[in-house]
Amino acid sequence: MNIDSIQNGYVIDHITAGKAMQIYNMLDFASLDCPVAMIMNVHSSKMGKKDIIKIDGEVEINLEVIGYISPDSTVNVIKNGEIAGKSHIAPPEKLIDIIKCKNPRCITTTEQDIHHVFLLSNAKKREYRCRYCEAMAR
Amino acid sequence: MQHLINIMDLTTAEIDELIEVAKDILANPEKYQDACRHKILATLFFEPSTRTRLSFESAMLSLGGNVLGFSDSSSSSSAKGESLADTITMVSGYSDIIAMRHPKEGSPIVASEHTAVPIINAGDGGHYHPTQTLTDLLTIKTELGHFDGLTVGLCGDLKYGRTVHSLISAMSRYENVRFVLISPQELKLPSFVKQTYIKDAGLPYIQSTSLEDVIGDLDILYMTRIQRERFPDEEDYLRLKDTYILDEEKMKSAKRDMIVLHPLPRVNEISTGVDSDPRALYFKQAYNGKFIRMALIMKLLGIKI
Repeated sequence: MNIDSIQNGYVIDHITAGKAMQIYNMLDFASLDCPVAMIMNVHSSKMGKKDIIKIDGEVEINLEVIGYISPDSTVNVIKNGEIAGKSHIAPPEKLIDIIKCKNPRCITTTEQDIHHVFLLSNAKKREYRCRYCEAMAR
Repeated sequence: MQHLINIMDLTTAEIDELIEVAKDILANPEKYQDACRHKILATLFFEPSTRTRLSFESAMLSLGGNVLGFSDSSSSSSAKGESLADTITMVSGYSDIIAMRHPKEGSPIVASEHTAVPIINAGDGGHYHPTQTLTDLLTIKTELGHFDGLTVGLCGDLKYGRTVHSLISAMSRYENVRFVLISPQELKLPSFVKQTYIKDAGLPYIQSTSLEDVIGDLDILYMTRIQRERFPDEEDYLRLKDTYILDEEKMKSAKRDMIVLHPLPRVNEISTGVDSDPRALYFKQAYNGKFIRMALIMKLLGIKI
């Protein structure tokens, strides 16, 4: 399979196998005006299998979303066809308006204009809890 | 400005200080009768309450202050769809301190972000009830003299029981405390309490579905009501409501110096025959609620006598 290399944009690498589609949907890549390539189930010596997303355009990416869905990913910034920067993604301490609380008794289910905030409660297990009711993110 | 949203907002030293002030108020009430003159407490009860609301109101009136508020959300603008943020913004302009009960969990955090005055959480859904815990701690300290080394049994609805969650978090900070969690499978302690305040604190605990099996080990038996209003399914409530009934027979297996606490109201989980047992302290506990709330109101208003 051939995917052309990109000139200016991003390569999101080392995505946990099967998670690329979730990142694509949550970051709404379908609405971008540039090509996006999803490469899934690629062999990885480090991970066994991994996914890769290539974005051929200079767009803004919410790294917190990637950190939440696939915390061991790397994001390579591509300028003029070369890698100009690389970041290793860690689980973010706080998620704001990325996921919603599923606890029907939580204040976020009724209060207007409230931010949905989750805090990292256990970095090892990558668990997040609602800032308001402390229910675990599901 | 200090709020009380979770009992953990107070250090153990601050709790000791509140208990000492409450004991002094109990001994010398006249000394405090004008402590909050010209101050206004707003009691915003979006959910029904008898003891908590009346004890807050009695506390403020006994401090020489005034009280305003509502006891039913249908008589407030929330019934018209007003957000909690707007209600609090408005009420904090009319009062010096707010005690709020709300059915939604985490609502006091929202209130604290939109207020110009201290917020006291008087119960948020099945989450926390820190002022009940202050009442519990005052009663335990008065009756047993200490918190360290106690075996605390909590029985009934540990899932939705906000008083249970707050008491466990408070007791987890004392030395050599041991928890005995007695509930049906469906009403077990939520993970946010068990993980944070018991497992992460490295405290010993056991879980049991039988009160009879463990009652003899306890220094404190904290009974709770199976709360009909918290069940999404009425059938589940009917199936579980009579799971635990503390009666005179079961009390025979308890230690002679065990104390029985209950946040009240009770339905039938403690038979009235137990009321005359000297170990049954739930009415004394309810009485204590007024005095610890007086101490708390003064502390949050920065008033010292």
